[in-house]
Amino acid sequence: MVVNAYVRADGRVGVRNHVLVLPVSYEMNQIAEKIVAKAPKAVTFRNQHGVNQDGADLEQTMRVYEGFATHPNVYGVVILAWGHEPIDLESLVGRARTAGKQVQLVSLSTVGGIRKAIEVGTEFVNTYLAERDQVRRQPVPLSSIILGTECGGSDACSGISGNPALGVVSDLLVAEGGMSILSETTELIGAEHLLAQRASTPDIAAQILHIVQRLEDNAMKMGVDIRGAQPSPGNMDGGITTIEEKSLGCIYKGGTTPIQEVIEYAERPTRQGLVIMDTPGHDIEQITGMVAGGAQVVIFTTGRGTPTGSPIAPCIKVATNTDTYDNMADNLDFNAGLVIDGLETVEETGRRLFDKMIDVLNGEVTKSELLGHREFGIYRIGKSL
Amino acid sequence: MNVHWILQKNVDDVATALKRLPAGTKVTHANPDFDIVLRQDIPFAHKFAVRDIPAGTDVHKYGQVIGRATQAISAGDHVHVHNLESLRGRGDLQGGETGDVKRSSLSPK
Repeated sequence: MVVNAYVRADGRVGVRNHVLVLPVSYEMNQIAEKIVAKAPKAVTFRNQHGVNQDGADLEQTMRVYEGFATHPNVYGVVILAWGHEPIDLESLVGRARTAGKQVQLVSLSTVGGIRKAIEVGTEFVNTYLAERDQVRRQPVPLSSIILGTECGGSDACSGISGNPALGVVSDLLVAEGGMSILSETTELIGAEHLLAQRASTPDIAAQILHIVQRLEDNAMKMGVDIRGAQPSPGNMDGGITTIEEKSLGCIYKGGTTPIQEVIEYAERPTRQGLVIMDTPGHDIEQITGMVAGGAQVVIFTTGRGTPTGSPIAPCIKVATNTDTYDNMADNLDFNAGLVIDGLETVEETGRRLFDKMIDVLNGEVTKSELLGHREFGIYRIGKSL
Repeated sequence: MNVHWILQKNVDDVATALKRLPAGTKVTHANPDFDIVLRQDIPFAHKFAVRDIPAGTDVHKYGQVIGRATQAISAGDHVHVHNLESLRGRGDLQGGETGDVKRSSLSPK
């Protein structure tokens, strides 16, 4: 099966053709926003990271920036820096260039202040916006697609309708040779033994159990009952009582195929098929991690109707029940509630969702893109220093 | 498909309401053991017990353990945070407790 997409110089395939303004620290957020206000066809995001970080925590942030700057959905990137962040800007620019991106660094220290940074940044953005239309979509096999699966604002319907339907999409994509990412390690607690049984090797089984234990141990160290956060109050209103119950409903997103790989947050998967990325259950941090890892599209099931999207990847929002879909039609793309209403089987809904994904890959605009939802957040594994 | 409620696996102790089910609703099942009357209103997407569950025992949904009953639950009762608790991620308990999942002591990759 083929989709029409943008083939990049590094051989990766994009389904969008964005010009991204990437602020490497929160000091640069307002400058980035002012540039995009002058060139509204570009995209940016608000960043809370990039300074006073160190060690593995800083490396992880850097990995996210690299993932965004080299992402196949991006045509060109203007990297905005103050110039004094602990970020290796040379390496970031170099990697973007190696990936074949149009890239320019605008450093506040070098260009000489805010007004100049806005002026110079806007010029580069406008240049890239004018150039990007020269790149045309062309047919590529579906095997070049990485799908990020996500559930957020879950209710007890998530495990009955939305997530099993998304599992059908995962299975269909994997059958085509593509990749599907299952994440949200918190929401594997209580279901990890089922995933370990599906690991393609004993090593991968051990890694699955390890990342879940690592996360649970961290939660335990806080000395609190995880139920303060997981399930969330919204989950509980929606009928989910325990983290185990939530997890058992969550893992349906990954379908039924063997697990081929376990990767760290924001790492790029290397194996075709279903992979697990170690992310928290925080929706925005999770989407950011999967997109940084190369996911060109996200399918996001929601019982309560979440508003979130991604700066550079279309995010297909799937309602798990018809009431939520009807209530929030302006931010939801698809209704899986027909399963609950007894009008469709999971298989039928899943195939319809797969068709929707193909349309979106081919360029159909999602609600979160239309509404300009570009949430961004990085999973922190250290404290601000 | 029955559009009023769903029992995911036959071993499950709880079923999920697919619409709001008022107290007094009769729930019938191919298995006559499950012919029960709901004892409270069950909100949309919430759970009710399909059999009596003694206090302190595991509660099953999706054919798996989803937690433990904190009090005796009768068939037809609403099952939620007031009578069912997690066994996992319980940093509030001395030393924490875990479910019956086998733990791996393997180091990270």
